[in-house]
Amino acid sequence: MVQFTDWDILKNLLLAARWTILLSLLAFVGGGVFGLLLTLLRSMRNKLITYLIQGYVEIFQGIPLLMQLFLTFFGLSLIGIEVDAWTAAVISLTLFSSAFFHDIWRGCIEALPKGQWEACKTLGLSYLQTMRHVIVPQAMRMSIAPTVGFSVQIVKGTALASVIGFVELTKAGSMINNAVFQPFKVFVFVAILYFIICFPLSVLARHLEKKNHVAR
Amino acid sequence: MSLVSLDQVHKYYGDNHVLKGVDLKVEAGEVVSIIGRSGSGKSTLLRCMNGLEEYQQGGIIVDNQAVENDEFKLRLLSRSVGMVFQSFNLFPHMTVGENVMLATKLVLKKNKAENKKLAEALLEKVGLSDKFDAYPGNLSGGQQQRVAIARSLAMSPKVLLCDEITSALDPELVGEVLKVLEQLKAEGMTLILVTHEMNFARDVGDRVIFMNQGKVWETGPSEEVFSNPQTEELQSFLAAVR
Repeated sequence: MVQFTDWDILKNLLLAARWTILLSLLAFVGGGVFGLLLTLLRSMRNKLITYLIQGYVEIFQGIPLLMQLFLTFFGLSLIGIEVDAWTAAVISLTLFSSAFFHDIWRGCIEALPKGQWEACKTLGLSYLQTMRHVIVPQAMRMSIAPTVGFSVQIVKGTALASVIGFVELTKAGSMINNAVFQPFKVFVFVAILYFIICFPLSVLARHLEKKNHVAR
Repeated sequence: MSLVSLDQVHKYYGDNHVLKGVDLKVEAGEVVSIIGRSGSGKSTLLRCMNGLEEYQQGGIIVDNQAVENDEFKLRLLSRSVGMVFQSFNLFPHMTVGENVMLATKLVLKKNKAENKKLAEALLEKVGLSDKFDAYPGNLSGGQQQRVAIARSLAMSPKVLLCDEITSALDPELVGEVLKVLEQLKAEGMTLILVTHEMNFARDVGDRVIFMNQGKVWETGPSEEVFSNPQTEELQSFLAAVR
């Protein structure tokens, strides 16, 4: 029987952690871009668009991410589109995080006093000028901390991709455990690695929150 | 043709009939004060004049342009009508100078040097030439409001609408803002103000509009309205605010 040293375990987990980080990054960027698009569309205040986006957000916030992963992975193959675990995970996490990002950013825009819009209107600025020069710069400053904060949720959310067979940190952990039968040790390693990824993000979010608080 | 003319303007918020057929004409160079109890529709009336609020019946014409709910037309109108708000509404992420120059840069496409000169001249006019690079958050309320006035003037409006612009100020700061208004009147600017400053309305204003229950209840030259109010409602209002 092959013997696994602690270093073997850790090494394999570290290799798998790459995929956790990559998946998180893709979900962050994809969700960010898509969430931004939704936010800009919604700020145009078209009733139909607002309802559609509201529905979208409710659906993705109201269904567990696990179910979203299942539905993407198995649902797409049901309608004849074969997707691998990678693609399904990226799609699900992107849609999931776009709904949350949109909600965070919409909140930041709506938190600005209505007077900012009115001042721009009475000065003759167009919608795009108002957004670009007055609304977005202020909303962005407010949104940095909660955005970074949510990225922690994305990292932890990637763990669920293990159930559709995507080999990231969590999946690698259970596979290694199946070989070494030392669940406590293996999963402590897994937990530590997640913490090492997430902790700096939490610190950064808290730091940014404080910094922007002072600036206001 | 009057600079501002309202003809039987009706405005509803849902079932709430806020303006019930308002007629009003303001000539160029006039200073008109709108007074009345809260809820009498005076701010709403002012906000209808530049399209911040829609109205449902009647017509408003300002500087020969019909005020309609059309984004493009309202943007054109905004060059003729300036507005100063109770809560200043300065852009907190920009310096005082940038606040004043934003619209002239984006809307009038003035070049940088010309724009800066204009902003400096306007800030000097309101007594804040040393605050060009300050941020609004570091100014007093009175200073912020004067920046807001300068920002409006940058677009060289024909009429300036002032919506309770001294109501959010500490009493000792009210004077410096009213002084700027007096100066504007001396230069011939048309001012329409919703105000609680009865002394200012009487001493500086040409004409007073007393709004009550969504209507122009009583109107006339300032001196006359204050010394000899005709209706019972105005009498009791004046008694209450004095």
